Amino acid sequence: MSSLIDRRPGLRVGLLLTPPMLWLGVAYLGALAALLMTSLWTQDDFTGLIERTWTLENFQELFTVEVYRTITVRTIGIAALVTVIDAVLAFPIALYMAKIASPRTQRLLVIAVLMPLWASYLVKAYAWRGMFAADGPIAWIAAPFGIDSPGYGLPATTITLAYLWLPYMILPIFAGLERVPDSLFEASADLGGRSLLTLRRVVLPMAFPAIVAGSIFTFSLTMGDYIAVRIVGGTSQLLGNVVFDNSGAANNLPFAAAVATVPIVVMLAYLAAARRTGALENL
Amino acid sequence: MKMTGRKHLAAVASAGLLALATACGTSSGDGETSTPGTQGFNPPDVPMMQELGDMEGEVNILAWPGYAEDGSTDKSVDWVTPFEEETGCEANVKYFGTSDEAVQLMHSGEYDVVSASGDASLRLVASGDAAPVNTDLLENYADIEEFLKDRSWNSVDGQMYGVPHGWGANLLMYNTEEVSPAPTSWSAVFDDASDNAGKVTAYDSPIYIADAALYLMNTQPDLGIKDPYALDEEQLQAAVDLLKQQNEQVSEYWADYLKEVAAFKSGDSVIGTTWQVIASVAQGEGAKVEAFLPDEGSTGWSDTWMIHSDAKNPNCGYAWMDYITSPKAQAAVAEYFGEAPANTKACDLTSDKSFCDTYHATDADYSDQIHYWTTPIEQCLDGRPYPDTKCTDYGDWTTAWTEVKG
Repeated sequence: MSSLIDRRPGLRVGLLLTPPMLWLGVAYLGALAALLMTSLWTQDDFTGLIERTWTLENFQELFTVEVYRTITVRTIGIAALVTVIDAVLAFPIALYMAKIASPRTQRLLVIAVLMPLWASYLVKAYAWRGMFAADGPIAWIAAPFGIDSPGYGLPATTITLAYLWLPYMILPIFAGLERVPDSLFEASADLGGRSLLTLRRVVLPMAFPAIVAGSIFTFSLTMGDYIAVRIVGGTSQLLGNVVFDNSGAANNLPFAAAVATVPIVVMLAYLAAARRTGALENL
Repeated sequence: MKMTGRKHLAAVASAGLLALATACGTSSGDGETSTPGTQGFNPPDVPMMQELGDMEGEVNILAWPGYAEDGSTDKSVDWVTPFEEETGCEANVKYFGTSDEAVQLMHSGEYDVVSASGDASLRLVASGDAAPVNTDLLENYADIEEFLKDRSWNSVDGQMYGVPHGWGANLLMYNTEEVSPAPTSWSAVFDDASDNAGKVTAYDSPIYIADAALYLMNTQPDLGIKDPYALDEEQLQAAVDLLKQQNEQVSEYWADYLKEVAAFKSGDSVIGTTWQVIASVAQGEGAKVEAFLPDEGSTGWSDTWMIHSDAKNPNCGYAWMDYITSPKAQAAVAEYFGEAPANTKACDLTSDKSFCDTYHATDADYSDQIHYWTTPIEQCLDGRPYPDTKCTDYGDWTTAWTEVKG
């Protein structure tokens, strides 16, 4: 048996790859295919039973009813905003961690960045609900300056999501910056480049693929989120909420599936764009 | 309107009932449709329990919050434990927040009994998830108020599909410190919502559109709304416009009753629709709130305990339906939840002796004035001729509700 495998490298590779490929093909892509198939069915509004007749009705509704376009644009906007905020916050932290901090501080900082990931998503989201409450800390701090807490809504959602996904941005940038050789900084300095110029002309271009890699996480996680919006979003809804309301509450799984294809398409476009920057090698 | 895509769906929705009837028992819900508009409502053929057997040892209960309290919310509020001791059936209770959720959870087949409101009950009957109930097997059925039996939301052709549980009206709750003067009308959350800008709350379900329709019924007679659950496209649009205007003043919507309690306690919401039980819990936790029935009347609920057609624990299910409609349990639930009990023998057992008078428990006329939650269908429920006039169905309402939230 073992000699057979030794003699046939093709068989060896085949045996090795079959289980993961089955997982990828059946469990992963199969679920996606089932989702797409469901989106082509329709539902009896009264009894809530799925009717297995092929129709494009769900997509027609998705494209013709204006509110879904508004929600799609809003979701992409929030995802982009969260990504930009995270990139701006993460870059200096990652740069300090990778190039300036002593090995000991670096370790401590990595732990500090990872620490929020140990706590449950829900706990963190509810912590921000407490922060934004009418009698919460933000209102309390802002009151002496005559400012109100922003309350629940899109600003609160953006801040909460930016907080939640920040580690996913810091870590890829940190990894990317660590690979930049120190000698490049010295070379830039020798050639008369001040630190800001070095940052702009040397570090940033080299770190850019890493930033894009991080942005894939922040962008895709925001595109699919609905829980934070429910907790701190007030009346606003994102694509995830429409999916949840239709599958969870209204029990219209076919329409929910149709809505769920929107983030998939957006993400495919985003990944295609990211691939051109070489960011996928940084993941 | 933008509802062209839904036209076919709407036809299927109403025809679905008839299709199910022709499918007779297979209840697959597949394709088959027939012309809508035929009179009558023929549910799928589901067998009825004929006699009781041995208890299975457990029962899975799907209930509105507050209907099956086991002492975990409040130690003194517990009628599930006595049931377990009496029958030997361990009760697994799951609370749901909206009727849609209840319908969906019943489809899963994991629950034996459910407390269904009028906007869920017929949907459960039509989908074949609910079985007819053999009322002869229930001792306490005889004591239930006659005006609750054989109604359109709990029976089909004289066959009961459940046991009436209790009924009541949706109330307006407000923060007594923040809102002054005290409101008297639903206008406080509609036309005058800006008085409490950004602090209004509302129920997060398409059925809430009926609350706006009821308000319009009273304030804009020109629209010709006679029944808040029978809206043609123009009337629905008027309700949606009103709700969009309200949306600007809403802090957040609630579907989870604990979320509303929390929002009133923290002051994020100061006025909005509620149930008596939520007001009681909020007051119990120290919130300065008051809930009342506004002048215009209100939407409300008349709930029915129904049993699943494939219930795994039918005997314990029947035992629960019988127990929960017994005078003692009814008195406890009614007083805790704040509704009129279906079994008015409970009136002698309430701690507040005037309780049943306050809630008009025996007053059939008063009960008829509440606009009970009902599933809107294409055939107008207010009697306008079909198919000359077509009303919006629940699918349209769901889309409209997404538009309201924007």
